[in-house]
Amino acid sequence: MENFFLGVSIFLCFLVLLCLYRLMSGPTIIDRIVGVGAIGTKTLAVLVLMGFIYDRIEMFLDIIMVYALLNFIGTLAAAKYFEGKGEI
Amino acid sequence: MEIIKAISVLFILAGCFFFATSTIGLLRFPDLYARMHATGKGDTLAVFLLLIGFSIYQAAHHGAILDSIKLLVVAVFMFLASPTACHAISRAAFRCGVKPWTREGSK
Repeated sequence: MENFFLGVSIFLCFLVLLCLYRLMSGPTIIDRIVGVGAIGTKTLAVLVLMGFIYDRIEMFLDIIMVYALLNFIGTLAAAKYFEGKGEI
Repeated sequence: MEIIKAISVLFILAGCFFFATSTIGLLRFPDLYARMHATGKGDTLAVFLLLIGFSIYQAAHHGAILDSIKLLVVAVFMFLASPTACHAISRAAFRCGVKPWTREGSK
């Protein structure tokens, strides 16, 4: 079962690399924010998988909760900033 | 016991599938709003499925019910938070004057 989790986490890390392309070439700044949000959710999934591989799920659970909250609040802060700014 | 592990593996594979499709959507869609369409919904569903698969596996394998409940709490939170963040970002983009993509030929 551990190898399965390892395979899934490697696949997710490969998807993060694909998202990096959008981060690089995104025409507008908001494309980059969407790319960061996508990478954030994938990192959250990889963190859960690492918790299972290292068999320390309690520690990783707390990290996952904080990470999900921060990712959400970060996107909201960026949205609020750009709404106030009015133009990209 | 094996059945439950198989169910959790199915959930995890479904989650990976939706992660892959949302990443492809993020890369290939022509417009900012279409990309947000893909990541907003695709990632939310993928994380939801993955976390449900993990909580099933955690409950079956280690018998730690409390941890699987925590995983479900994170899944429900992501199910609520991710679309909200996506809405906030797309509204900010619209107010910043990002024009939606239209096909050149038709109007």
